[in-house]
Amino acid sequence: MTAIETPAPASTAPSRRSRRLASGRAVARAREDPYAPAGAWLALESTGAALLAILWFLPLAYAAWAAFHPSEFTTRFELLAPLTLDNFRRAWNAAPFARYFLNTFVLVSVVLACQLVLGTLAAYAFARYDFRGRNIAFALVLVQLMIMPDVLLVENYRTMSLLNIVDTIPAIALPYVASAFGIFLLRQTFKTVPTELDDAARVEGASGLQILLRIYVPLARPIYVAYGLVSVSFHWNNFLWPLIITNSVESRPLTVGLQVFSSSDQGIDWAVICAATLMTSGPLLIGFLLFQRQFVQSFMRAGIR
Amino acid sequence: MNSRLAATVHGWLLLLPAMACLAVFTHWPAVASIVESFYSTPRPRRPSRFVGLDNYGLMLDDPIFWQSLSNNLWFALGTIPISIALALLMAIWVNDRIVGRTWIRMAYFTPTVLPMIAVANIWLFFFTPQYGLVEQITGIFGATPQNWLGSKDTALFAVIVVAVWKEAGFFMIFYLAALQTISPTLAEAAALEGASRWTYFRRVQFPLLMPTTLFVLINAVINAFRMVDHIIVMTRGGPDNATTLLLFYIYQVGFNFWDTTYAAALTVVLLAMLALIATIQYGWLERRIHYR
Repeated sequence: MTAIETPAPASTAPSRRSRRLASGRAVARAREDPYAPAGAWLALESTGAALLAILWFLPLAYAAWAAFHPSEFTTRFELLAPLTLDNFRRAWNAAPFARYFLNTFVLVSVVLACQLVLGTLAAYAFARYDFRGRNIAFALVLVQLMIMPDVLLVENYRTMSLLNIVDTIPAIALPYVASAFGIFLLRQTFKTVPTELDDAARVEGASGLQILLRIYVPLARPIYVAYGLVSVSFHWNNFLWPLIITNSVESRPLTVGLQVFSSSDQGIDWAVICAATLMTSGPLLIGFLLFQRQFVQSFMRAGIR
Repeated sequence: MNSRLAATVHGWLLLLPAMACLAVFTHWPAVASIVESFYSTPRPRRPSRFVGLDNYGLMLDDPIFWQSLSNNLWFALGTIPISIALALLMAIWVNDRIVGRTWIRMAYFTPTVLPMIAVANIWLFFFTPQYGLVEQITGIFGATPQNWLGSKDTALFAVIVVAVWKEAGFFMIFYLAALQTISPTLAEAAALEGASRWTYFRRVQFPLLMPTTLFVLINAVINAFRMVDHIIVMTRGGPDNATTLLLFYIYQVGFNFWDTTYAAALTVVLLAMLALIATIQYGWLERRIHYR
């Protein structure tokens, strides 16, 4: 089993293109870009970019201002306005946010786990098995890139009522567990794994599944991380389908909970609504701020085809 | 022959779980939408029956359907070019060695990771008449007070602004990735030829970014038909259906009025449009593979 245990160079894992990308960047750093802005031009460009960045960050900054100050300062900007966590406390007590957090957490974990298992198996079949009907099956998978479950609300709702699972977390998750995007991404990655590794393992007597778990999955790790981040942020933020399929506290994810909370309970107490808004996006936002580079690179990696 | 058979069996066994889920939750509902659209919605005293094209005839006479279609078109025309242009500008800025680029890139990208539903709440607050931030700022410049989301003339514009704000940073990422693959020798060669920066962008960078632009374009078009979360929070399609987009109308018909077969017919229209986009993309993908 030596061939299997010898770790291949990590650079084989990301796609060819992202490797090129990395080396291209290294070259750019070594050489001087003749079109790099300098002097007044650089100042102008930086100012423009910064102004746009401030505009882009403004809504979040404003929500933070409103959430951390008493409501009388919501629309009055005074530097020395007292800070408070009271809005968060009131939001937390006004709706079962703890339960919503739990639901969302379970939802994104279930979806991601299923997507990874189903996607890995399917991608492996597409990448390494030459079987009858492969092209048709692949085309059928790609259909989902265009016709996403998001637009099939009416019929999926009917299916869920037939299965008698309306208003449960599995009902929110099921339409998304097989992800064309994930299958496509992993297939592309698996195809870059050298077949020599595969053959060597086969000579050693490893079965197809063993090869998948010992060679392909470890080599595709960066892609799994990238896909995982994209999937978690998508399902954390997903709203329309969960809104339709849930109608009780026990199954509602955070996004729907937030909507129910801000549209009915609070009227127009913006300070509390802003606090609830920040709270629901909090874990994702903190994760993003801490692992910013990883996030951006993951989205890049997952987006390049 | 035997090994081919084994490969087929193994291949399909590996595919089975994913294909089963896709079939039940993507392929079947798409087909069922078409079938359903030929039937009438079952009511307490009247069971569902075959009505042929009645639902489609109803649709042709439904002013809200036409309005949602035209709203959706304007929404697409408003969001797609602006968000792509902004994304390109952002990517070029962030790709240069400007001051604080890590922070700036982060600011651009932040809306992407936030739930639309949450940021829509914040924007709702921004647009509030009298004391919302937009009103306070335009008030400084002496503009007349405006109910941005409450007026038929400005509501669609307001939701377009939110969509652009949400999307541009996401598209920036793809441009940024593509810009970094452009070989620096091209810039050197262009500089030797004495090309200005604008010429370099127009003649070298922009053409090389074309595949990315097409990819982003397709995504932007799909998003234009898919993004309705902020409509539900900010306007609920109002005022007077001024912000009703097609998917929002499907949601309303299917789950507020419970006219499921009419909603299925509307879904078929949406699917047809997505299929059209898919055909265009497929043609483009073919070309790209051909180039390689």
